[in-house]
Amino acid sequence: MTTVLDTIKQPFSRSAAKSRPVLRERGQHEVFCGLTSIIWLHRKMQDAFFLIVGSRTCAHLMQSAAGVMIFAEPRFATAIIGERDLAGLADVNEELDRIVAQLIERRPDIRMLVLVGSCPSEVIKLDLDRAALRLNRHYAPDCRVMAYSGSGIETTFTQGEDAFLTALVDDLPEEQPDAAPSLIVVGSLADVVEDQFTRILQGFGLTNISFLPSRSSSALPPVGPGTSFILAQPFANDTAKALTRRGARQITAPFPFGEDGTTQWLSAIAAHFSVGKARFEAITQPGRQRARQALAHCRKDLDGRRVFFFPDSQMEPALARFLQNEMGAEIIEVGTPYLHRDHMSCELDALAGTVHLSEGQHVDRQIDRARAARPDLIVCGMGLANPFEVEGFTTKWSIEFVFTPIQGYEQAGDLAELFARPLRRRALLKVEA
Amino acid sequence: MELATWTYEGPPHVGAIRIAASMRDVHLVLHAPQGDTYADLLFTMIERRKTRPPVTYTTFQARDLSGDTAEIFKDACREAAERFKPSVMLVGASCTAELIQDDPGGLAKTLDLTMPVVPLELPSYQKKENWGAAETFYRLVRACASSRIGAAPVRSEKHQPVCNILGPASLGFRNRDDIGEVRKLLEELGIAINAVAPLGASPEDLARLPEADFNVVLYPEIAAPAARWLKKTFAQESVTLPPIGVGATLDFIKAVAKCAGISDGAGRVAERLSWYARSIDSNYLTGKRVFIFGDATHAVAAARICHEELGFKVCGLGTYTRELARDVRAAAERYGVTALVTDNHLDVEDAIIAAQPELVLGTQMERHIAKRLRVPCAVISSPVHVQDFPARYSPQMGPEGANVIFDSWVHPLMMGLEEHLLQMFRDDFEFNDTASASHLAAVAPDEPQPVPHEQPDQVPAGTDKFANIINWTESAEKELRKIPFFVRGKARRNTESFAAERGVNPITIETLYDAKAHFGR
Repeated sequence: MTTVLDTIKQPFSRSAAKSRPVLRERGQHEVFCGLTSIIWLHRKMQDAFFLIVGSRTCAHLMQSAAGVMIFAEPRFATAIIGERDLAGLADVNEELDRIVAQLIERRPDIRMLVLVGSCPSEVIKLDLDRAALRLNRHYAPDCRVMAYSGSGIETTFTQGEDAFLTALVDDLPEEQPDAAPSLIVVGSLADVVEDQFTRILQGFGLTNISFLPSRSSSALPPVGPGTSFILAQPFANDTAKALTRRGARQITAPFPFGEDGTTQWLSAIAAHFSVGKARFEAITQPGRQRARQALAHCRKDLDGRRVFFFPDSQMEPALARFLQNEMGAEIIEVGTPYLHRDHMSCELDALAGTVHLSEGQHVDRQIDRARAARPDLIVCGMGLANPFEVEGFTTKWSIEFVFTPIQGYEQAGDLAELFARPLRRRALLKVEA
Repeated sequence: MELATWTYEGPPHVGAIRIAASMRDVHLVLHAPQGDTYADLLFTMIERRKTRPPVTYTTFQARDLSGDTAEIFKDACREAAERFKPSVMLVGASCTAELIQDDPGGLAKTLDLTMPVVPLELPSYQKKENWGAAETFYRLVRACASSRIGAAPVRSEKHQPVCNILGPASLGFRNRDDIGEVRKLLEELGIAINAVAPLGASPEDLARLPEADFNVVLYPEIAAPAARWLKKTFAQESVTLPPIGVGATLDFIKAVAKCAGISDGAGRVAERLSWYARSIDSNYLTGKRVFIFGDATHAVAAARICHEELGFKVCGLGTYTRELARDVRAAAERYGVTALVTDNHLDVEDAIIAAQPELVLGTQMERHIAKRLRVPCAVISSPVHVQDFPARYSPQMGPEGANVIFDSWVHPLMMGLEEHLLQMFRDDFEFNDTASASHLAAVAPDEPQPVPHEQPDQVPAGTDKFANIINWTESAEKELRKIPFFVRGKARRNTESFAAERGVNPITIETLYDAKAHFGR
């Protein structure tokens, strides 16, 4: 563990990314609000319950998205604001306390209650942070209460997770002064991906590895000046800021998509913890080999294909980089709901100069651009996907990238498969719709 | 404030979107925050619609709130008029926009659009989806048909009675196929159909509504206010008797014939439910306790079918449709139960627990309760999810509707023989109290049990003993269980054949992933 890995090029150049032109648009945004993140967060953290404070629209969104599954014990609900609540702010807080009491009586197994702000609760300026403090005094230590905003006016889709994690960071225990250097991997990952990363990082000799969010509310990692963190998801921008505020140091890297992305991501960690080159090679070589082999299965489907990304999750630049550099695709436009230049700098640098970047959305104009470009594959949300298919375009619905294990070596093939499958399917089906 | 795990209805603006999406040449501009476009998915995914619903959302964000959200609305309205050129423009606000009070109707008026604008008042904190749909449909009918007030009646010299079919809408439970059944029934009676609305209608079709002799209201939840206005304004009678079930279909035919001034002639309808229910196989259905919940129309119809046509015992009846609660109360009285009128899912759960039914007929939401209580369940009403917008012809109304109902309501119940045997032999390792009905377990786990921790080297049960025996290490077996169950069997077989080919034994985590990479999937 003496030689610093010499293949690592750090720091990544920021100048190119900074100067890249970005089309900023405003108009109809065909995106989800941050509440949607509850759909995967409630499964990730099994002892938490998410209580949205909002309107019937919020409740309707949740059940339209998640209600196709049949829940014996749902782990989310909505406190629906009524007419009487709008009349005066004072009793809204009393009402909320009553609802929480009702909920905790029904579900005494809840260990962490998360109050989630929505557009209506934000507009009437209901202070959920204060409500959480008040309720915490009452229910702690059996049940912790915290709050964050998943409203559409504040957050887009995966930003809901960012807001949740940011709130969690404030709650993380203080690191012991004599603690060994630790690493926190930030952003929800599938359990199987976490386990793979843990094995690799343990192979590097790291002993103190944790993930945020953790699988249970009682296993939150401590944080302090001895803590380093790396983003595994591109949307954890405020979380990164909050961790930095608590003294933790950020490791910058591209995101772990594909063989190359994963290697660069791991090598940034290795460099940070001074892992020897031989060791790094020994640990990562089998995975790299397998990832390359698995990617080869889809290469013929994706090589030379022209791809257009609509904004959805902020994963778009990283996914586009993977498709371009590892699968030989040509990227036409990368739309993203929000572009964090620093966190995305490695990805932007890797994208060809011909790629159009857009931030925000005017959906009608973007649809016109997509139609005019006649791409082979459109990555877009489910409100647009079927209508595009009817027009003869092939689409990949983008939400699946959030719900599928796609990070790391062993999933590189699966990630490529997600893009290749709709193309293969279109070739396969012999009857016209 | 009200605690809701699930909600039976969406907000009223979703009702408005349903009407706009049902029709042709109508566009809705909705003042709404970013994220409310999720409603598009109800149509493109759940209903599998081929085009985007005709809705433009302003999708304002927090930073817009300090600026001019009214200007954002006006821009969206202008652009939508320009791009989509609808015959009629609807404008309204969602729940958050209602709080900021920009007055979409007033703003749209200032734009001098070339098409008529129908402003919608949708009080989100008082009313719900069906009310929003009914209100929107009523406003549209009024706006389009008002020009006919006082015009000479067009329905004078004709040989055939003519009617409208009102109520079927986008995202309605089986509305698509119900239209087919009702159309057939009416045509067999010699009645012509002037217009079906809102599903498939244009504003011009709404303008023609007064040309019919009478209205057939299939879904009062959607069309009752419009039908009332048509009666008041154009003296059109309404038949509000949805033909769901054999008896209700016969009554529907009688009512329609009376309205049309013709003889009904039909003593019975050609359905199979009545014979299937009479055949001895259905004997064991007698007195099965059924709890019914849904919108008023479907709940009342279901109760009658259960009581008169299937021989069940109605042990609970309720609805979330407050507007039609009186009908449900009257029906409940007929079957000796007290009607449950609530939109709170938790109240319904409590009522089901108290009633101890053997079958629940309800909405998608009752499936959650039924799962928790392990009670068989079938869906009879909205809200529903994607599986209840099937590809096959599956009406609830008319003769074929009765056939569909017989099959789908009896299906979740345990079959007679199994039920008998279970009562005789209770400790069977395969058929027992804790297992669900065997005809439902179509996907029997072909999955061997995981290797117990104490015996890491034991060969999993179910491995072909004539093949070369390949062991799984405990950690590899654990890793395998992280693969979703529906592909786990394939992953196991792939890995074992991969290991056998290469003489690898035992299988480790590495082998598992080597095989995965080798096969691609």
